This record gives sequence, C-alpha cells and structure tokens, in this order.
Amino acid sequence: MISSSLFEVLSFGAGGWGAALLKAALTTTALSIAGFAAGAVLGGLAAFARLSGGALGAALADGYGTLFRGVPDLLTIYLLYFGGSVGLTVVSHWLGGQGFVGLPAFATGVAALAIISGAYQAEVYRGAYLAIHRGELEAARAFGMPHPTMLRRIIAPQLLRYALPGLGNVWQLVLKDSALVSVTGLVELMRQAQVGAGSTRQPFVFYCSAAALYLIIALLTGALFRRAERRSLRGVRIA
Amino acid sequence: MDIAFLADVFRRLLSGLPLTLKLAGTSVALGLLIALALATTLQGGRPLFVWLIRGFVAAFRGTPLLAQIFLIYYGLGQFRPFLQDIGLWSFFREPFWCAILALTLNTSAYGTEIIRGGLQSVPLGQIEAARACGMSPWLVYRRITLPIALRQALPSYGNEIILMIKGTSLTSIVTLTEVTGIAEQIISQTYRAIEVFACASAIYLALNFIVTRLIGWLERRLSPHLRTAPNLMPSSSPRGASA
Repeated sequence: MISSSLFEVLSFGAGGWGAALLKAALTTTALSIAGFAAGAVLGGLAAFARLSGGALGAALADGYGTLFRGVPDLLTIYLLYFGGSVGLTVVSHWLGGQGFVGLPAFATGVAALAIISGAYQAEVYRGAYLAIHRGELEAARAFGMPHPTMLRRIIAPQLLRYALPGLGNVWQLVLKDSALVSVTGLVELMRQAQVGAGSTRQPFVFYCSAAALYLIIALLTGALFRRAERRSLRGVRIA
Repeated sequence: MDIAFLADVFRRLLSGLPLTLKLAGTSVALGLLIALALATTLQGGRPLFVWLIRGFVAAFRGTPLLAQIFLIYYGLGQFRPFLQDIGLWSFFREPFWCAILALTLNTSAYGTEIIRGGLQSVPLGQIEAARACGMSPWLVYRRITLPIALRQALPSYGNEIILMIKGTSLTSIVTLTEVTGIAEQIISQTYRAIEVFACASAIYLALNFIVTRLIGWLERRLSPHLRTAPNLMPSSSPRGASA
C-alpha cells in the first residue's frame, strides 16, 4: 500500500510531485553553480591579495577567510538575507521609494554561497599557486615573457591542475550548503520537499527523495570533477 | 555604535551557548565511538560489512545535514503509530534528541573516513614488530595500531569538530534555541543583522579558536618523538657541528 501511494505521490502526472522535485533539483544545481562561480572570483581575488596584495590586502583577505570559514554558514545566510533587505530598503528610501524592499531570494542565495565558498576557494588557489615550481616561473621570465602571457601559459594551466581536487571538495560543500538557502524561501530542492511534505503529510517520502536527488547530483558532479582531474593530469608522469 | 544594544545581544546569545556546546560535545563524543567501530570493521574486510559501511558513509557525506535533520525529525513522524508501538516515540518527538541523532550519524560518517585514513597510515613494520613480540591481535590494536592511527587522524578530526560546531547551528531550524537560533530571533525582531552577526560570529570564532588550540596542544603532547631534540651540547664551532 505504501509503495503504490509512493508512486502516486512522486509521479509526473497531475497530483504527482515528481516534476516539481526535478525542477527544484535544477534550481539547486543552478544556484550552486552560480554561487561556486561567483565564489571563484572572490576566492581568486582573496588568494591574489594574500600572495601579493601588500600587508593591508593580505590582512583583509586573511580576515575574510578566517571569518567565513569559522562562522556557521546559516548565520552568513541570515546576514545577507536580512542585512541585504535592510540595505536595499534604505537605498530605495533615498531614491524616494516606500515600504520594505525584499531582496530577490536567488540573488541572495548566490551571494551567500559565493562569500562562503570564496573563503574556501581562496585557500585552494593559494595552495595551488604555491605548488607551482618556482623554476618554471623563472624560466618564463628568463625568456622575457610578459606577465599576462606568463599568467595564461604557465601559471593558469598548472594552477588549475593543482587546484582541481580541492575545488571538487569545495563544490560538494557548496552543493550541500545550498540546502540552507531554503530558509530564505527560495524554492530549491529542500524547500520544495518541505512544501510537498506539508501538503501530502508524507514527510519521510519527500525528505528521502530530496536526499536521494542531492546524492545523485553529488555523485554525477563528482564524476565530472574526477574526469576533469584525469584530463588535467595527461602528460604528467605519476609514480 | 550602540554599545548597550551590542551588550544586550551578546548576553542573549551567550544564553544559547550551553545548548550549542551540549549538541556539539555529545555528537562528537558519540560520533567518535561509532567512527572507531566502523573504521575498525572496515579494516577487517568482511565484504558484507564493508559494503554496508561504505553505503552509510556515502549517504551521509553526500546529502546535506539539513536534509538529514529534517528526515529524522519530520520524516520519521510519518511512522508515528509504529514508533509509539515500539516505545521510541518519546525519543523522536523531541527535537533535541533528533538533532543529536542526526549530528551523531553525520559526524560518524565523516569520522569513519578520517580514522580509516589514520589506520591505513600505520606502518606495517610496527604491527609486524608487535606480532613478533607475541602480542595478541587485540593488544596490537590497543597498544600499537590505535595510538598511531589516532595521532595521525587528529588534525583532520580537529577540522571535523569545528564543522560539527558549525553544524549545530542547523538545529535552530527544528526549533532549538542555540546561538544561531537566538541570533535569528533577534535579527528578525530588530532587523539589525550586522550587529547581531558580529556578536554571534565572535562567539563561534572564539569557540573554534579554543578547539584549534586544544587540538594543537594535544598534537604536541602526543608526538614527543617528532619534536626537535633540545640542544643540550652547545655547538662550539661550525667544524664541530658538521663532524
């Protein structure tokens, strides 16, 4: 009996939640990718600041990393969700608007994931840069290679190679953190499961399905990262 | 800067600290015991156990902690009559115990991987030497394998403890009023997100700082053999040092 009602609840037809859950899984994926990509920019900047940004830049980047890696991610999301709305309301009052302005939930989620994952990605990029053999950089300089070319031909390819395993870990973290964005009301996978659980009174079915979808996304993207890693290692002799 | 407001927020947030510590402490302690048992069983290599444990670890590492908490707290409510029949409902009715269960299972999955790595890093020669001395398997495990493995796993386990401290914040979503839960209440009442965030983050950073220091201290204590030897004989000349 349970199994027949299970197929009904998760079916794709009318009254079934299958399509809604799959769509929410896509939202989760999009949210995570956007947050991860924006975090790559933040993390890259922070890593650059720590490596060659002078004392102030290094201290700022260090503080950023310590703060957002040490504070619960949920707290960061609350900060952006409530803080961002307040800031936006103030700005709209300046511009003559009235009332309370809410921040778009998707953008808030992306910003939160970017800030959190940027703090982790900075460490990954910094470690990867430090792993590049100094001799390669010296050789490039000895050839008279201009800095942008050196960055493009020598640094970036090797940096990515060394950073990929770490980036794969950060990606898994972002994917799982995206579930926390559900507290802002954005209908991603976790939120959709809550909605379905509430209206069908079958919470176990919905949270199990959501967990299974997260696991599937994690396994598929994990396989992608492993493939990228293998590809980045072609031409490298491995003991 | 509104010092009175900050002080008030700080005082209210600190009232949630005992619950945060209780959640983190209990789940880390129980999780370590389970992780030790699971990692040791993995090491035994019985195919059935190995597959079961691998499945458990993959499921709990591959899904969000929030989903696990919801599944246990709300999800199991679907089987309320059954749970009442077997007398477990009083456990699963309480958000506190559900949170403890979810956090413990989560950290034991991560811990299993960490300790497995530690067990694998134990040099075979040490175990062979112990066997050659006539130690029984249990004695080898207790005196040789486990101490070396735990020492090796300690830095990673420190990270896991910090992740768990941060993880306790999710229990606020199932109505527990620990530090993050109180912070959320204050923010949604006052809309002063930045001040409250500053106070709450100070608490968490202080907590993490203490844990990092404790782990560092433990690491130093457990590896006297890796410390550089104190220089008892002052080197008289460069030539004497190189000889």
